[in-house]
Amino acid sequence: MSTIANILAQVEDPADLKAIEAAGSAGFAYGLAAIGPGIGIGYLVGQAVQAMARQPESAGQVQTTMFLGIAFTEALALIGFVVFILLKFV
Amino acid sequence: MNVHVNEANPLLSRFEGPSPAMQVGLDMIKRGAVIAPPLILIGALIWGTDGAASVALGLGLVLVNVFVSAWIIATCAKISFAAMAGGAMFGFLIRLGIISAVVILVRNETWVDLVALGVTIIVTHLGLLFWELRYISASLAYPGLKPGAGLASKPHKESVAS
Repeated sequence: MSTIANILAQVEDPADLKAIEAAGSAGFAYGLAAIGPGIGIGYLVGQAVQAMARQPESAGQVQTTMFLGIAFTEALALIGFVVFILLKFV
Repeated sequence: MNVHVNEANPLLSRFEGPSPAMQVGLDMIKRGAVIAPPLILIGALIWGTDGAASVALGLGLVLVNVFVSAWIIATCAKISFAAMAGGAMFGFLIRLGIISAVVILVRNETWVDLVALGVTIIVTHLGLLFWELRYISASLAYPGLKPGAGLASKPHKESVAS
């Protein structure tokens, strides 16, 4: 943390400071946004595999639902990624 | 689609035949292809030529993402349920990496509008999912609404009547 504070202290131009802060915030936002979906997909797939192992006859329906669930959970990560590119590059 | 059950270790059971995930994925890609021209037109109207190109890129990224996701799950499910779980997790990381790499590579191109690209990725991903979910929910809750279900149920009805 002290290293980051030293770097920020050496920056004189406010525009550069803002750019550095935006880059840090963007990276932080993307990292945080990827954690939630990672946990969500892990839990979702774990439960789906358990359901398939217990009831193989309904495995097709479970896999369909699991695939959609993964895609919905992944949307959160995509939103985080879009926020990242908008903060960092726009 | 059949399931080859492993009695000793259910986690080693595997799918055989066409995968439901692949069917859902291909269905979403077909719907994406249908909505592509109007979406690109809307992008062109709002953001101009750059917007149209960015919308096309965003839509392509979403459809490739769906296909890769379905392919990984379908392929790993033919190995075992445990492999499918691993494929889902590592597939998530790989696909996020691919999308990030593509966007970072093209971000400085003159024809890329990042706002249009970002909005398209979110709206198309969620829109296609809700569209597919609506169809699948109806199919699961009311199997008779599934295309072709009427043909399959006819003999049953006739046998009941007789």
